[in-house]
Amino acid sequence: MWYGVLLLIAVLPLIPGPLQSPFAQHVLVLTLLFACMSQAWNILGGYCGQVSFGHSVFFGIGAYGAGMAVVTYGLTPWPGAIIGALLAAIVSLIISYPCFRLKGHYFAIATFAIVEIFNRLFMVWYWVGGALGLDYPIIEEGWKNFMWFQTKTQYYYGAFGLFILIFSFVRWMEANKLGYYLKAVRDGQEAAEALGVNSTAVKLTAIAISAFLAALCGAFFVQYNLRVDPPMVMSLDMSMRFVLITILGGLGTFWGPLLGAAILIPLQEYSRAMWGGLGGGVDLIIFGILIVLIVTRQPKGVMGFINLLTTRFKATKGGDD
Amino acid sequence: MALLEVRNLIKKFGSLVANNDVSFDVEEGAIVGLIGPNGAGKTTLFNCISGVYKPTSGKVFYEGTDITGWPPHKVARLGAVRTFQVVRPLIDMTVFDNILVGAFLKTSKLEVASEIAESCLKMCHLDDHRDKKAGSLTIGLKKRLELARAMATQPRLLMLDEVMAGLTGTELKEAVDVIKDIKSRGITLLVVEHIMEAIMPIADKVVVLDSGVKIAEGPPSEVVQDERVIAAYLGEKFSKRLREMKA
Repeated sequence: MWYGVLLLIAVLPLIPGPLQSPFAQHVLVLTLLFACMSQAWNILGGYCGQVSFGHSVFFGIGAYGAGMAVVTYGLTPWPGAIIGALLAAIVSLIISYPCFRLKGHYFAIATFAIVEIFNRLFMVWYWVGGALGLDYPIIEEGWKNFMWFQTKTQYYYGAFGLFILIFSFVRWMEANKLGYYLKAVRDGQEAAEALGVNSTAVKLTAIAISAFLAALCGAFFVQYNLRVDPPMVMSLDMSMRFVLITILGGLGTFWGPLLGAAILIPLQEYSRAMWGGLGGGVDLIIFGILIVLIVTRQPKGVMGFINLLTTRFKATKGGDD
Repeated sequence: MALLEVRNLIKKFGSLVANNDVSFDVEEGAIVGLIGPNGAGKTTLFNCISGVYKPTSGKVFYEGTDITGWPPHKVARLGAVRTFQVVRPLIDMTVFDNILVGAFLKTSKLEVASEIAESCLKMCHLDDHRDKKAGSLTIGLKKRLELARAMATQPRLLMLDEVMAGLTGTELKEAVDVIKDIKSRGITLLVVEHIMEAIMPIADKVVVLDSGVKIAEGPPSEVVQDERVIAAYLGEKFSKRLREMKA
């Protein structure tokens, strides 16, 4: 299954026909990127059960890391992406230490405030470009600068690399102690503690990894857009997308983020292209309606529906065992 | 030196004294029963030992180490693991995965942990429910799961909080057999129980609590004859029956 999906994603942009249009390629890149980003969020929000609306901050720190390396210091974006990711992990630990004392919904509410704080901070911070943001200079295209102007194919394979990194990690995690401990903390912190699970350490590990990977996605995002300003990355709107994609696809499931992104991102991009003149919120209205439908019918999202269907199928097929 | 030593433990909730100056020992390899009427402070005492509550004063020693006020996960790592009276299954995980979480305490390797979990699954007769979601089990099975999960951590001291409550006759017999089996593996047990017919025959020692105070400690045969225990908890008729059962 895993290798099949990898192969499919690898050949997708090569298929001749409608997928060859620049717009379709743009949608493919964004879909992969948001699948990655939502999976990074899923590590903390889905597997560990700590719903965070603050992930756009980590996403933004990664974006600024790469952006400042290129724009401010004239380097390649790579060291900036790594430093940004490490910084995001450190920031996540600093802000989550007090936040994890809050349980359940209160943790989620606290993360709302953090987005606002960082958004304002970056708006007025001259060193990072303030409200104007950072605009990329035109430099040599290629993998060294992670920048292309002619086609989107390389961006797509860049996102594919990110996809392999993040999804492989989660696949490994699911089959190892960390994955079981994350789920144990989600399902019952007291019970987990009684079994020797240090729930605070587990949650801090989850958010640090989650923030690190989110920042890498942010670095990709800025390279793709070739500019960054605070509202582009550090906004509740952005945070909301990671949350909604994962919930739609299936919270705490491996395929959920990919499925959610494959449904919502094309929908968002095409509805924007078609009804953009209405003032831009149509995609969010559709998002909202979909989420309400899914969550009231099947809290496990699309993956929940699929699991339900496969169990039913197995039950009717092999009734004798 | 006893494996677990509780010394002058006091736990207050505001003006309510839930445990008042309780001291007792749990000797290595023994089954120690902790009994008493509802509200006697048995679960509170459990919570103080396992680190869920911090005692107001007094000390808890495990293998001579002062573990008073340690967080639950550190106590569990030392080898003192408890179950909950109000069962706490990890509802979204399967029965096997629940046990696996316990098994990961002593190893980080999935294969090793799976082997441990597999044997605990069998020991507690949960084989048929291996891949069910823990949340979908009946209360009797959830109690068994609590036990299997705690056993998977490979404890030296196992603290069971009413694992036998609400079980049917056959389930009860099975549970008693499982506890005997655990003892035969050299694990020390501290057992809170209300079902006297189940705990009295297997306990090496019984500690009786009433209104937060220890009113008796000793072998079951002596404790059932203790005037204060009869008055506070067992009652005349029941004490007689237990004595006859022993004989």
